[in-house]
Amino acid sequence: MTPDITPITMPKFGLAMTEGKIAGWLVEPGTQVTAGEELVDIETSKITNTFESPVAGLLRRHVAANGEMLPVGALIGIVADAAVADADIDAFITRFQADFAAASDQADGAEAADEPVMMQVGAHSLRVHDRGTGDGTPLVLIHGFGGDLKNWMLNHAALAHGRRVIAFDLPGHGGSSKDVGPGTLAFFADVTAQLLAHLDLSRVHVMGHSLGGGIALTLACTQPALVASLTLIAPAGLGPQINMDFINGFIEADCVRGVQDVLKYLVHDKALIGRRMADDVLRYKRLDGAEAALRKVAAACFPDGKQGDDLRFVLASADMPVTLIWGQADEILPVAQADGLPGSVIRHILPAIGHMPQLESATAVNEVVEAFIGHEVATA
Amino acid sequence: MSKKSFRQAINEALRQEMRRDPTVILMGEDVAGGRGGSAGTQDAWGGVLGVTKGLYEEFGETRVLDTPITEASYIGAAAGAAVTGLRPVAELMFVDFVGCCLDQIMNQAAKFRYMFGGKARTPLVIRAMYGAGFNAAAQHSQALYPLFTHIPGLKVVIPSSPYEAKGLLISAIRDDDPVIFLENKVMYDVEEEVPDEPYAIPFGEANLTREGDDVTIVAFGRMVGMANEAADRLAKKGIGCTVIDPRTTSPLDSETILDCVADTGRLVIVDESSPRCNMATDIAALVAEQAFDSLRAPIRRVVPPHTPVPFATVLETLYLPSVEKIEAAVTATMNHRVTEKV
Repeated sequence: MTPDITPITMPKFGLAMTEGKIAGWLVEPGTQVTAGEELVDIETSKITNTFESPVAGLLRRHVAANGEMLPVGALIGIVADAAVADADIDAFITRFQADFAAASDQADGAEAADEPVMMQVGAHSLRVHDRGTGDGTPLVLIHGFGGDLKNWMLNHAALAHGRRVIAFDLPGHGGSSKDVGPGTLAFFADVTAQLLAHLDLSRVHVMGHSLGGGIALTLACTQPALVASLTLIAPAGLGPQINMDFINGFIEADCVRGVQDVLKYLVHDKALIGRRMADDVLRYKRLDGAEAALRKVAAACFPDGKQGDDLRFVLASADMPVTLIWGQADEILPVAQADGLPGSVIRHILPAIGHMPQLESATAVNEVVEAFIGHEVATA
Repeated sequence: MSKKSFRQAINEALRQEMRRDPTVILMGEDVAGGRGGSAGTQDAWGGVLGVTKGLYEEFGETRVLDTPITEASYIGAAAGAAVTGLRPVAELMFVDFVGCCLDQIMNQAAKFRYMFGGKARTPLVIRAMYGAGFNAAAQHSQALYPLFTHIPGLKVVIPSSPYEAKGLLISAIRDDDPVIFLENKVMYDVEEEVPDEPYAIPFGEANLTREGDDVTIVAFGRMVGMANEAADRLAKKGIGCTVIDPRTTSPLDSETILDCVADTGRLVIVDESSPRCNMATDIAALVAEQAFDSLRAPIRRVVPPHTPVPFATVLETLYLPSVEKIEAAVTATMNHRVTEKV
């Protein structure tokens, strides 16, 4: 900033002031002003006030004309010594305006494009993140119990090449509305189908994790025409056992430490569970209705401390290709549930990985999925 | 989820709780927003800072009550309404005005539960703005939270961001005890992502806004943002700071503070209230008493001088803690060397 040139900017008179109108200049350019001399009347939504010169010097320009409305901080005038050339003042104004515009663009740009949006789907308000473009069959990602679309943060963008990849928060979860109806797999499969219809998608690859895997299996059973392929990551529905210490602990934990302890069940490498992750979970759990939704889902899907739905029959009769990914060290759903399935199911058992391979072993999972659904596209 | 200002977050918390619970009412000077006037306008401003804007329109004059400029009467009325079944949110405008109604708060509302043998509950919230930095001069700039923290029976909440403000105000309204909810007046335009749904942040649980191994910084309200900025600058110099936002001064999450001090061995407390008997002295005493052996350097306090808040901008700036002052305090505690006495 040139020391000889002083920008006069739109002042902030009150806490609520974001913009002001030049109600009338009181001093014409070419006038010598003293610090504290009345320069210009500024009208805000609340009051008209006289702005006093912050410095002594020669008022060289009115940059803003009478009647102009400008945001706080915008350039309205220039005070500079008589020795400063007009060209230098012009250059100063150009530079100031460019910087000011860039700063406001940056402030506005935060809410640009690639962000989840809220969609009204039937009775539900769903948070949906739709990424990528291309001719490939779209891929839909269904998270698990207590999760949200951020569970796919290491997979979503990586897979969104040549195809749309749509992640969403199930009802009762994340930013979606908290009514979970009966809380059953069939209910969630139905909402997923409604979302696909809303997005005008008639055939998609479906990847589901944990409870989301059970939802994907249910969808493949009830609406097989919708499902081009199934990628199941440690899915529900393939055996009765489930770690209810995790389910109940997750529902009940109400402080950072408690949540952190419970989340450790999810991964083999416990160091992955940081305070931030627990903070995020608490933010969700503290939303009105979230805990009640979780209780309802747990009661519907895991009655008597066991999984209530046996969906092995779906895989026995499924027409679509199926890939199964499971962490050998899964502490929520035992990896043994991956055994005894039809030979057509492609199995990837990942050693030293817990219940969330898509997080703990993201690169391997992304490669498996890319090869699997990429291949499907090629042969389609 | 969308970006909301501190002002909008507070407004949304009030609106959602008023929709949820018909016993929630608002009382205060101008909370209905300048009713009357030459144009007959109602809800023109929504309070002096626009925080309650639109609530009179939605809930009407039976639930949004403009009061005369008589703090003792309407704070007393709010305490009485609370103890007889309503959930009033009374606004004191500037916290400095508490001098006019302290008996109603300190001797009445705060004591009801205790003096009626636990049979009375007083779900009263008193909102007020506090803090220096806006040229509001000595009678409108104080940070009086230590005064309330001193009184058993009151809960004291100091939100540090829009997200915190919404969740803590909802908890305050749902709480069955009197809660003093203090809003830093410089923060009303601060924006961040705030969920659209209602949510409640519990009292007495500190929030860690930064994590580092070298120094623990405890900061309140607006000071949390400054502490975060100082921590970010210091991180570039290789000094890791944990920043604790206690959220509430009463109850105080001593456990988190002691745990963090045990990890870092160094403590800096940033408090914009007057330095004698403030939160910085309180926490310094707590740590000196219970974590003395963890300390590797003297506790440092970044606090204003013991003077009224000055009006002149340069003096007010000098008065308040700043990012630079926090950085200097952290650097000083890092540079401290223990001298062994023989």
